[in-house]
Amino acid sequence: MLHHEPIDPAALVAAVTTPDHGAVTSFIGVVRNQHAGRPVVELTYSAYERMARTVMAEIIAEAEGADQVRVAVAHRIGRLVVNDVAVVVAVGAGHRDAAFRVCRWVIDEIKTRVPIWKLERYADGSAAWVDPTQPTGVVPAGRPA
Amino acid sequence: MTAEYRVLLFARYAELFGAPEVVVTLPTPTNGAGVLDALRQFPGGVSLPGSPFLVRNGAQVALGDRLEPGDELALLPPMAGG
Repeated sequence: MLHHEPIDPAALVAAVTTPDHGAVTSFIGVVRNQHAGRPVVELTYSAYERMARTVMAEIIAEAEGADQVRVAVAHRIGRLVVNDVAVVVAVGAGHRDAAFRVCRWVIDEIKTRVPIWKLERYADGSAAWVDPTQPTGVVPAGRPA
Repeated sequence: MTAEYRVLLFARYAELFGAPEVVVTLPTPTNGAGVLDALRQFPGGVSLPGSPFLVRNGAQVALGDRLEPGDELALLPPMAGG
């Protein structure tokens, strides 16, 4: 579920595609070239890996227990550049309603529950930690003076 | 009696404290509030929010939750994955 090497989205889609599923959805999160109006050149993801794996497994179990779906998740750790695949969620379901709904639910849960963090580096050489609790969405990197 | 409590740090908090973990010496047993108070005494601790996310063996702890010296403690910044 945590990958230190590039993720293959097709492999996750294959993992959730079974003969009894008529719908397969996937979400692919990629590194964008800007955030909050600033040009991003790279991201570095870090994680509390032991807890991240546990929480991701819990999210998958909750999703599969609530609906008759199959879920696969992969999240990159390490340094990524623009257009790199950062996270993939794939869902196989009997029909499209559950496939779309569960896919959205899983990525939303990942963003709020999994101990993963994102350091953005900008074109001017500065860097900031992504922090959804801040009005600007980021906190400058580096120790305060 | 006192004991050492090891707290793992990540991302921005590791940067603030200048280390991937810190060790605090506290009376045993202690609780979440005791560990957080000790962390705030470090130079990096002044930048911690009012209610930091403290984890014990992978689960969030409340201020009054009892902590043992062998617990794996971690202080987590706001999640930012995905």
